[in-house]
Amino acid sequence: MTQAQVQETGVSPALQAMGIGRPLALLAELSHRCPLQCPYCSNPLELDERSKEMATKDWLRVLSEAAELGMHQVHLSGGEPTVRKDLEELVAHCAQVGLYTNLITSGVLLDERRLGKLKESGLDHVQVSFQDTEESNADRIGGYQGGHRKKIEVAKLVGKVGLPLTINAVMHRQNLEHVDDFIALALRLGAQRIEIAQVQYYGWALENRAAFMPTYAQLQKATEVVESARERLKGQLEIDYVVPDYYATRPKNCMGGWGRQFMYVAPSGECLPCHAAKCITHLRFDSVMEHSLGWIWSHSSAFNKYRGTEWMPPLCKGCERREIDWGGCRCQAMALLGDAAETDPACSLSPHHKDIFQLAESEAAAAPPPFIYRRLRGSSVEPP
Amino acid sequence: MTARAFIDEQDVLSLCSFVRLQYNKPRQQWVIQGPERLLEPDETAVAILQKLDGKKTLETIIDELADVYQAPRDTIARDVCALLQGLLDKGFLQQAGKAITQAQHKKEVTS
Repeated sequence: MTQAQVQETGVSPALQAMGIGRPLALLAELSHRCPLQCPYCSNPLELDERSKEMATKDWLRVLSEAAELGMHQVHLSGGEPTVRKDLEELVAHCAQVGLYTNLITSGVLLDERRLGKLKESGLDHVQVSFQDTEESNADRIGGYQGGHRKKIEVAKLVGKVGLPLTINAVMHRQNLEHVDDFIALALRLGAQRIEIAQVQYYGWALENRAAFMPTYAQLQKATEVVESARERLKGQLEIDYVVPDYYATRPKNCMGGWGRQFMYVAPSGECLPCHAAKCITHLRFDSVMEHSLGWIWSHSSAFNKYRGTEWMPPLCKGCERREIDWGGCRCQAMALLGDAAETDPACSLSPHHKDIFQLAESEAAAAPPPFIYRRLRGSSVEPP
Repeated sequence: MTARAFIDEQDVLSLCSFVRLQYNKPRQQWVIQGPERLLEPDETAVAILQKLDGKKTLETIIDELADVYQAPRDTIARDVCALLQGLLDKGFLQQAGKAITQAQHKKEVTS
């Protein structure tokens, strides 16, 4: 392969040979600080403290590198990304280098003035998370008094300043019967989109799995509600729906395949193929403080480890869906089987699938244990 | 927007404020971006979308394209309408004077 081709595609010949092109999007976790303490937080159990957060100039460089690498979108996330005072500057930089920006926020630290400033800086889209539709339960799940009321207010302001809104609804056994109310809430708030996502069991959510796992019957009922709403609201509200892996037949093609589409940068600058990858403890992650995003995409050992089909166990390697599902989720195989190179047990072809399904059913049948709340330092157990 | 909207040649269309038609230089590729959405328009689609300025009617745009491409007007009209109807259904386009503002939206939902 000639040098000219390498430059044209922007990725190494080894990646080209696997059919991997340029990454699509960057997930930028600007800070792990957050006023909420959601027990299903997607951040790793070991959080980056403020002193470890990258400086503005480092993020500006990373965002430039993302654009140069040909990425289209940046998801500005956290923790709570609005704790960063330089958010407007980062957004303006994204707009300047041509990256589409999506702010993923709890909303509780925002007001009309700041939203207006973000809009002026060139922000493209806002996603606000909700814990429930019922106020006291929502505040209990988020571990933040007054949070729900504030979120409603902020979601309305998003539209008022002229920004498009997605509502993110994280669903589980303790709010699943409100799925219809969530859709009504999204309509009332003038949202264009709602993401109805069942809890994914990694990190904090894995610690709290028994408190969140719905029964199969609960899940089926919610799925019916979502499907009928989708039909009814075509052209009015877009509904994205994510079902929990444990009750699935086919595994999700996690992140569109390991190291195929996305890059994730933690507050400290560590660069991962997905937000949960830290749970695979034998991987060595590279940092954007030492390498460019382009170098990491092509050469980081953590990105290369589960790319393509060579790493796969025989069950996946011989499967006709190997390049559709990509073996499912590596972090899930790690969490449930202790081996990240195994077939994701969410796949019905996995010999462990039945056990996972039964595990979910038995946890869902018992009374939910108290929450273990997410804290920057350690955790706290919900009082009785 | 309680029912599906259909476009006609008198419509004045533009991309929604949160949708961007953009050239990605490193990829040498045009893309249409929306929240968590990415479309890859072909050359014809780009030529059509670049004409949507929120002022001209589709009728004018079709005339202009037929002129530039020296193609039968019927063929161009069919291509243009098929493309734009698809994008309108996806929520990527707004009709001038018919843009769904948050206030309107709320009214429609509660009424």
